[in-house]
Amino acid sequence: MRPEIDVGAIRQTKWHEYIIRFVFGGCVTVLAGVMAREFGPVVGGLFLAVPTIFPASATLIEKHEKENRKARHPEKDVGKTSAGFDAEGAALGSVALVLFGWIVWRFLPGGSAAMVLSLAFVAWFLAATVLWNVRERSTKRGRSESGNNIA
Amino acid sequence: MGELLARFLIGGAVVSLFAVCGDILKPKTLAGLFSAAPSVAIATLCLTAIRQSNGYAAAEGRSMMAGAIAFFIYALCAHWLIMRIRLSVRIVTTALLPFWAATAFFLWWEFLR
Repeated sequence: MRPEIDVGAIRQTKWHEYIIRFVFGGCVTVLAGVMAREFGPVVGGLFLAVPTIFPASATLIEKHEKENRKARHPEKDVGKTSAGFDAEGAALGSVALVLFGWIVWRFLPGGSAAMVLSLAFVAWFLAATVLWNVRERSTKRGRSESGNNIA
Repeated sequence: MGELLARFLIGGAVVSLFAVCGDILKPKTLAGLFSAAPSVAIATLCLTAIRQSNGYAAAEGRSMMAGAIAFFIYALCAHWLIMRIRLSVRIVTTALLPFWAATAFFLWWEFLR
């Protein structure tokens, strides 16, 4: 399936759902800072890869997909299936997150923070999209046979 | 107090931005990539590099690799429990968070301590 941008999806998310994600993200960032201050950077660093976005996003995906597709596929639990595919994407993104951490660890002591963090982010994005492409190619045949286009 | 507020506001904004990127993308496997975006890492490492030092932030980056491996295991377990066992998404993603923490601390204890 080709990548698409659906700006209309923004309107499906309610204000309180945006606020919950903002507060949760802020709290986790504060927690990471407090843990680093109390126990040092080695423990604090673990919290830089907390699943912050995934729990709320997967729950929202399940809810929105259920609402959107209920009329067309009343017999299928498409919300859960979509959330499952979101989890698969998160697994691919987390592999790229290891690369992000490695670049920060190896290059930050000898370089500018802005440069190294920009490089690490670009590397994360490229690695994640390459992994996604590999996954898409390897499952393309299976998907076209079953006719399942949710993923 | 000022630093904590800055962390809260920057962290909340960056996490929200990546979450919106995930919301508007299709298919969902592609959107899922943004569920594992380095949102907290970018917010925290920027502030750490400014307030502390690059070496301090680099040490956090090293530990972050253990957290990311724990995230990978967490996401695979969530995928399996949602797709195969068909458990509630809210329950799975929340109940597995302590499992993420346990895995991350195990990796820290074994390899980074």
